[in-house]
Amino acid sequence: MKALAKLFRTTAFKLSAVYFLLFAAGAVLVLNSVGRHVETVLDEQIARSIDGEIHLLEEIYSEGGLLQLSRSIARRARAPGGMIYLVTTPVGEFVGGNIVASPAIGAKERTLVETLYRRHAEAPGETHIALAKLVILPDGFRLLVGQDIEHHRVLREILGEGMGTSLFWLALIGTLGGLYVAYRMLERVEELSATARRIMSGDLSERLPTSEAGDELDRLAGNLNAMLERIGQLMRGLREVSDNIAHDLKTPLTRLRNRAEAALRGDKSPEEYRAALAAVIDESDGLIRIFNALLMIARAEAGNLGAGMEEVDVGEIADEIVELYEPLAEELGASLEVETQKGLVARGNRELLGQALGNLVDNALKYGVSGASRRVSVTARRVGAMIELVVADCGPGVAPQDREKALERFGRLESSRSLQGSGLGLAMALAIARLHQGNLRLEDNAPGLRVVFSMPWLRAPPPADTPSDRA
Amino acid sequence: MRLLIIEDDKEAGAYLVKAFREEGHVVDLATDGLEGYAQAREGQHDVLIVDRMLPKLDGLSLISSLREQGVETPCLILSALGQVDDRVKGLRAGGDDYLVKPYAFSELLARVEVLARRRKGARGEETVYRVGDLELDRLSHNVTVGGREVTLQPREFRLLEYLMKHAGQVVTRTMLLENVWDYHFDPQTNVIDVHISRLRSKIDKGRATPLLHTVRGAGYMIRESAR
Repeated sequence: MKALAKLFRTTAFKLSAVYFLLFAAGAVLVLNSVGRHVETVLDEQIARSIDGEIHLLEEIYSEGGLLQLSRSIARRARAPGGMIYLVTTPVGEFVGGNIVASPAIGAKERTLVETLYRRHAEAPGETHIALAKLVILPDGFRLLVGQDIEHHRVLREILGEGMGTSLFWLALIGTLGGLYVAYRMLERVEELSATARRIMSGDLSERLPTSEAGDELDRLAGNLNAMLERIGQLMRGLREVSDNIAHDLKTPLTRLRNRAEAALRGDKSPEEYRAALAAVIDESDGLIRIFNALLMIARAEAGNLGAGMEEVDVGEIADEIVELYEPLAEELGASLEVETQKGLVARGNRELLGQALGNLVDNALKYGVSGASRRVSVTARRVGAMIELVVADCGPGVAPQDREKALERFGRLESSRSLQGSGLGLAMALAIARLHQGNLRLEDNAPGLRVVFSMPWLRAPPPADTPSDRA
Repeated sequence: MRLLIIEDDKEAGAYLVKAFREEGHVVDLATDGLEGYAQAREGQHDVLIVDRMLPKLDGLSLISSLREQGVETPCLILSALGQVDDRVKGLRAGGDDYLVKPYAFSELLARVEVLARRRKGARGEETVYRVGDLELDRLSHNVTVGGREVTLQPREFRLLEYLMKHAGQVVTRTMLLENVWDYHFDPQTNVIDVHISRLRSKIDKGRATPLLHTVRGAGYMIRESAR
């Protein structure tokens, strides 16, 4: 019962009900007008035959008087056919004809009226219906001529019955059809919501069922599935991040704790306490730095850092970053060279691009400067529709099989574990590249590593008529 | 100087009050946005330190309301939100500086002191900065030490200009990166230190008492001689 009530509430059923009502109203209208039309046509025919008969009888009367008329009527009354005749005296006494009496005998002259009558042979109470016309003959006698229209009544009944039957079938088919359509819809929607409930309760790998039909429900389910796919991807990313965080933050946290513990053990001089506290602060600064980097990667990956996007000159950023790191390179005994093309305008965030390039340069100086060749070069140029920022060193490089790992969060390679660094620099640069619809790839510089940061080129800059506020 | 700290976290607020008092400043504390707004409207403070997330009235609305009321007290926003666009929003609301939690107190102190000085309208319009025998001409970009001309790279000039503008005040590494390079990111390595040591070699070479000092655990300061 409850299930049925649910069916009645569905949109599909309500729609069917509305259609049914419209069709029913239409059917009633059509049948009615057909019936009326047929009746009119028949009435006209009857009127014509009555008129002809009256004309004939009047002629007979004028030639042969009442006697001739009575004879003629008696003869006609025996003929097959539904005509009725009645002749009375001016006061209504029966003179001749084939019916007993009719109220129409007192009707208005020469107008067609519908009247009841009874034939002589019939029992009283059995009446028929006829269309009739009254004529008052020159000497006052009354003549009523009519035709039985019993078949009209039958026709009307047939039409009425037909209408009833068809309405009944229409209602039946409409209701059943509506219920069927509603049931089909409901079944699919129920299926979808059941799956959705299972997904909500935790099984994100499940997908909504789709049919072969390719209808609107399938399209909806397809889109929802795509959405689930994306959510699943983000969830997996998140899980990976939290696993990494848990794993890699434990090391500095343990160090932090050890230092504090060591300071508490035994008596120390104020200087020693001071040094221990300073070390603890350094250690926690390192942790904060890692947290900030992780948060930034997460936000860049989620794509909600897009607010600060504007037109930036990537070549200018490359120059600035190289200028920032150049003294550091010199201190490390390395040379940092830059080569930029003009007009490398992109849609981007200057801070983030600066951060990404800073990370790459910092990495190159940290890991790529060794041995005899101590050269790091930064190149900014356009390659087709992309801008490529290339940071190349001549260090040990990264083996092809390790390159993917190097781009992961905390993906520091074993060979560089001993060097300081959070292991987030490349992951952050990759996230920033992706945020800019670009990519980051590691290549062989033979020898050394080439990191290529690419992003879409917007266009050449407008002619420099406004002096830049940045030197 | 007189500070107003608007911070709803009791422990953080008490810590800041104590630390600034130890530095010899007068400190008022408000624990929600409305109270802070009422106090700040008096215009009696040199610097406002406003937490971004506050009960009753959030930090950014507080600052923009103050600015609408014509209160121009410098504001430093403290926030746990540290992304680029958050900073931009903070400064757009009328904040003068933005510091992300957690921060080093020395960083906060240095920034607050710079803001307070800005209010007093010191240095800024002067065309020649002087510290001891060091002179920097902002128009001709000439730098001389004891009358002898020193050649500086454009960035070194801006670095020195910023330090001299805030002579006698501690300037932190991030302040330098922000104001001289206009970048707010974490450069991973202390690249600023290397720039400073280059600059130092040019202006303090052969000097018995250096002008450019390293303030341990905080940053740098340029001043005439050790007091």
